[in-house]
Amino acid sequence: MKKLFASFVLLTLIAFGPSNVLAQSGGELRFCLRSEPKTLNPLLAADDSSETIRYLTGGVLMRVNRLTQNLDPELATSWKITNGGKTITFQLRDGLRFSDGTPFSADDVAYTMQQLMDPALHSPTGDAFRSSEGKVETEVLPKNRVRITFPAPIAGLDRLFDQVAIMSAKSPQKEMAVLGPYYVGENKAGAYLILKRNPNYWEKDPAGRPLPYIESVRLDIQQNRDIEMLRLTRGEIHFINSLDAEYFDKVVAQDPSMAHDAGASLDSEEMWFNQVANSPLPAYKKAWFGSTNFRRAISEAINRDDIARIVFRGHARPAVGPVSPANKFWFNAKLQAHPFDQKSSLQRLAQDGFHLQDAVLRDRDGHAVEFSIITNAGNKYRERMATMIQQDLSGIGIKLNVVTLDFPSLIDRITHTFDYEACLLGLVNDELDPNAQMTLWLSSAENHQWNPSQKTPATAWEAEIDKLMRAQASTLDPKKRKEDFDKVQEIAWQQEPFIYLVNKNALSAVSPAVHNAHPVVLRPQVYWNIDQLSLSGEVARNR
Amino acid sequence: MKWARTAAIVFLLAVSAACVLANFIAPASYAYQFRDEPNASPSRQHLLGTDDLGRDRFSRLLYGTRVSLLLAPAAALLSSVLAAFIGGVAGFAGGWVERCVMAGTDLFLSLPWLFLLITVRALLPLNVSPMVSVLITFAMLGCLGWAGAARIICADARALSQSDFILLARASGASGFRLLWRHLVPNLKPVLYAQFWIAVPVFILTEANLGILGLGVAEPMPSWGSLLRELEGLSTISGQVWQLVPLILFILVVSSFHLVLTKEELPV
Repeated sequence: MKKLFASFVLLTLIAFGPSNVLAQSGGELRFCLRSEPKTLNPLLAADDSSETIRYLTGGVLMRVNRLTQNLDPELATSWKITNGGKTITFQLRDGLRFSDGTPFSADDVAYTMQQLMDPALHSPTGDAFRSSEGKVETEVLPKNRVRITFPAPIAGLDRLFDQVAIMSAKSPQKEMAVLGPYYVGENKAGAYLILKRNPNYWEKDPAGRPLPYIESVRLDIQQNRDIEMLRLTRGEIHFINSLDAEYFDKVVAQDPSMAHDAGASLDSEEMWFNQVANSPLPAYKKAWFGSTNFRRAISEAINRDDIARIVFRGHARPAVGPVSPANKFWFNAKLQAHPFDQKSSLQRLAQDGFHLQDAVLRDRDGHAVEFSIITNAGNKYRERMATMIQQDLSGIGIKLNVVTLDFPSLIDRITHTFDYEACLLGLVNDELDPNAQMTLWLSSAENHQWNPSQKTPATAWEAEIDKLMRAQASTLDPKKRKEDFDKVQEIAWQQEPFIYLVNKNALSAVSPAVHNAHPVVLRPQVYWNIDQLSLSGEVARNR
Repeated sequence: MKWARTAAIVFLLAVSAACVLANFIAPASYAYQFRDEPNASPSRQHLLGTDDLGRDRFSRLLYGTRVSLLLAPAAALLSSVLAAFIGGVAGFAGGWVERCVMAGTDLFLSLPWLFLLITVRALLPLNVSPMVSVLITFAMLGCLGWAGAARIICADARALSQSDFILLARASGASGFRLLWRHLVPNLKPVLYAQFWIAVPVFILTEANLGILGLGVAEPMPSWGSLLRELEGLSTISGQVWQLVPLILFILVVSSFHLVLTKEELPV
């Protein structure tokens, strides 16, 4: 109870603390986008830059609170899921207006859903709602309510609305009329965007002052990270949302108060062996890679602590499995990262008939154990990880050849020709819900990387994972879903089709001029509470 | 400038000797990761400090220089031989043979080299040792780098084949092969020599470019490409001036190669 109270106090302080009371309105917040947004239509956003614009301008029915990872009401004051997970009914906030003054109503939600599910639009956001064939029906109800019915139950349905920015059905400005804290005021293609404060934004602070505090946001298109860093140190931009370990240490050396390490992120780095039955690999290698003992032995021979400490300069932690500890609800806390233990590794290998001969590991038939690992050229972190794994595996007599390939060639090998032995890549994960990982874990899925698109599960444990993933997706009981997905994590931990290496930390740099910034692990790390951010008085006055 | 040429030759010989004797001079294996000392400053154990993975930079510089300095001339020799054969035959034969061969050469020159190298690299077998990958990389450079030199040699061979001494030899009944081997090739030597020395730094630079893209010599084998890759990004350089040693050595070696060429040997 004390812990609960302490958490409540902490959250209250963060949300409504002294920085808010003293918040200075006005000013221009500046940061960089790595590329030009491909679209300003929120329903088509798929790249990072477009998603940034959507987050800053789009009004959503509910928002995943990036700090608590719970759902907060936004345009909807409440919602209810019924009909076995097929129907969701929203109670909408009254008296709201879009940035251009057009009134907001349930018709706008219906219009947005119709646009979202229009097959001709090919909305990436809409894909998440397409659980099965059939029409999505939206019904406008009295008293500012709206009901949406899907053809089949969707687990974690409410969370999906975090990505759905409501568009106006009537505004002549179409998608440029928004309900979020900012609207696009100026867009100089390839150079910058200026977002201006939405005068009709619905939220106010506890003192009754309109939010957001900051008058405008300038987003400069800047691909070069060195220049971005220089601009931060010169005070020309206010934050860098996501940094890699090297740049982060540079920030620490220059001004520790700017550096924020939010801990392990949802992203992971992992390697896997090719287990495709018809791949052009020799039979004895297929036998190695298909063996649980072999995969577990390789996993135990890799020193994850060293990788986290050296490659990521301590800004990563050894990965446990498919879910990062950053995912508070879904992470299976019973599991631990596989320890570095080469003795145990050799014992496992011995169970499959492998033996050391003149410091070279050989299989039962005398083949020297040698394989290649491919990774994408130009990613120095992955190249370094591969080189460290190379030295680790030499400790158990395995010769590992590191091959860096340009990305299209690598993708071709892992998805079409299957002409590779092992692959080292990372998984960028934005979603907390395990449904987002369905395409990874179902044996029939194309992204089931170690052996994709299987007609029937190749192994009993893959069949079990299929069953559990489908079971968790078809029930609305969070406890049952958690139990099922915990078992999936346990199987993945035991079988190691993916050898998870590390979870990188969420690193960012924020100028002291920005108040109320509390970087978190979920994207967008720094500006998740954009409407609560403010600039110090001097900065705000000068702008 | 004779002194500069002499100094360049002495410098190149000294560097070559150091590389050849790397097994005796290097204080550590180029591949071994001293994991308790990543990014260490220069010390008695590590004269140029250690890299991101804790590998001794001085040892890697010695072995990397050996790889680049021995294999770049080998690749240059291969490309010069190919250029001499293709350009020499085309220039000597003249007529439609020359036009066809030069059209093929122009087509080859118009290919985007870097993309071609990346594509060829992607098609190679994966399970090759770092040493084999080094040889493959430089062999590819040698096989793809002949076209420019072939054009120059063709023009030179054409001019020579119309010269008086060739006419005299032809009139005295010398066969085509004898004309080519005894009269033309010896007179092409200066331009071949120049093309060889020009190709050496070009191949070193190309390997460095491939290395910077992560497509050069495979880990853990060092090369100048992988050593120079440490310098990518402004933020990684500042504060560790000893990281610049491979770059300085690289500039000195490439400059020395150019100084080795006499004024007469340089292409106009």
